[in-house]
Amino acid sequence: MYFDTIIAGFGGQGVMLMGNLLAYAAMKAGRQVTYMPVYGVEMRGGTANCTVVISDKPVGSPIVQEPVSAVVLNNPSAEKFSPKVKKNGLLLVNSSLVDEKYVQARTKRILRIPSLELASEVGNPRLANMVMLGALVQVSGLVTVEQVVKCLPEALDPRYHKMIPVNSAALSRGAEFAKQS
Amino acid sequence: MAKRVLVKGNEAIAMGAIAAGCRFYFGYPITPQNDIPEYMSAHLPDAGGVFIQAESEIASINMLLGAAVTGARAMTSSSSPGISLKQEGISYLCGSEVPGVIVNMSRSGPGLGGIHPSQGDYFQSTRGGGHGDYRTLVLAPSTAQENYDLTMLAFDLADKYRNPVLILGDALLGNIKEPVELKPYRKTPPVKDWALTGTAGRPQRIVKSLFLADGELTVQNWKLFKKYQSMERDVRFENYLTDDAEMIVVAFGSVARILKTSVDKLRAKGRKIGLLRPITLFPFPKAAVLAAAQQCGHLMAVELNTGQMVEDVRLAADCQAKVDFYGRPPGSIPTPDELAHEVEKAWRQGGRK
Repeated sequence: MYFDTIIAGFGGQGVMLMGNLLAYAAMKAGRQVTYMPVYGVEMRGGTANCTVVISDKPVGSPIVQEPVSAVVLNNPSAEKFSPKVKKNGLLLVNSSLVDEKYVQARTKRILRIPSLELASEVGNPRLANMVMLGALVQVSGLVTVEQVVKCLPEALDPRYHKMIPVNSAALSRGAEFAKQS
Repeated sequence: MAKRVLVKGNEAIAMGAIAAGCRFYFGYPITPQNDIPEYMSAHLPDAGGVFIQAESEIASINMLLGAAVTGARAMTSSSSPGISLKQEGISYLCGSEVPGVIVNMSRSGPGLGGIHPSQGDYFQSTRGGGHGDYRTLVLAPSTAQENYDLTMLAFDLADKYRNPVLILGDALLGNIKEPVELKPYRKTPPVKDWALTGTAGRPQRIVKSLFLADGELTVQNWKLFKKYQSMERDVRFENYLTDDAEMIVVAFGSVARILKTSVDKLRAKGRKIGLLRPITLFPFPKAAVLAAAQQCGHLMAVELNTGQMVEDVRLAADCQAKVDFYGRPPGSIPTPDELAHEVEKAWRQGGRK
């Protein structure tokens, strides 16, 4: 079993938390895992991304050139990472923000998720990242939404623990949307 | 089983240090190792220790000397240009035989260079780096777990040999997050009958690196030389699928973990390739490299630089094998496929006839 994903968006959209949570959940599920944040001269308002690799065997490279999957939350990320996803890979697009012209992929497995609208449904558009993660978890089948929810206390700073219920709701909403698509 | 946590490579180093009884940390910020002082500043005081952000790298290394000479376990960390600044202090630590742990989460050079992973500090780490005829033990982890485990070992080896131990990682190993099993530290640190703890009730002790009397320094240098030779007992390496290998790749640290995947890919194609991973860079696993050379007659060094460790591989192989080289200067990290391609290319050309 081998899976990798690049999660990309604006700094502040919560891509690092998404990667962390996925890595946590996979670790708790007994997998080998690496999480690698983008590394360079970053700045506020710029793009951010992280790579998560999940495997049955120890992970060699924590960085991937052509990912099995990608989750793109904004236009620059869609433009950069859509073409890199493997031919039969999985591409999750935040259709609330991403313009179709930036989605140029080799794979046909593309899931467009109106994450802002879905997050607003559960009460807070800022939870769009959790909606996207819920969808990724559902489509990839790597871990369950419940397993991710269980990791929220460890992955979130204690000051945000009161947000765990809405985060859980957003994860479930994303998973539900993916199941119906 | 010990607790398993998902932590950054840098944090794993700090956790290993505190677990091993490090109670003094001195440092000056530099990317990509700032998670180490960040973690130390948050957790060392709770462990009864002292965290000081010093005014410079030079101050940090001298504070390390000052703390360690009292017998305490102490550490400093930095990255390449900062480690260059510490060289004077490292030479003094070696000269006066004071233990200490120095972490180099290296970036790329020369000069201010960049912040990407590189193994360009191999020579500096294994050849001394400061003035004088000395060596430091050098440990090269390749996973976050090894960052934790080898940091504990570093403190033990430093005390055992009364010598500084360098941990050589890079930007990749500092920033990666991986599960780490927080194994408890079970050893009892040795009694230090040389430490400066106050002379009340005992004869005076002197710790120094200045030897001016006739012939004194000769004696001291031979003593140090014998000590560096004796470090061979603690040589460490990992052999991966080498038993039936027709060619053995030699690599350490971050590039070695990527190469493991390359070797797996080549094995799946039926190519008999193995990997020898030095874990101690000094002492270098000379006997293991010689055995590998004699076994298959074909070695290949792969490094994130333009060729440094390959010199040690060639010396150790003692002309018993063809030694190929693939180097990648800083800029991008090679993928398992790229490395597999380079390794296979060398393998096709064959080894020593």
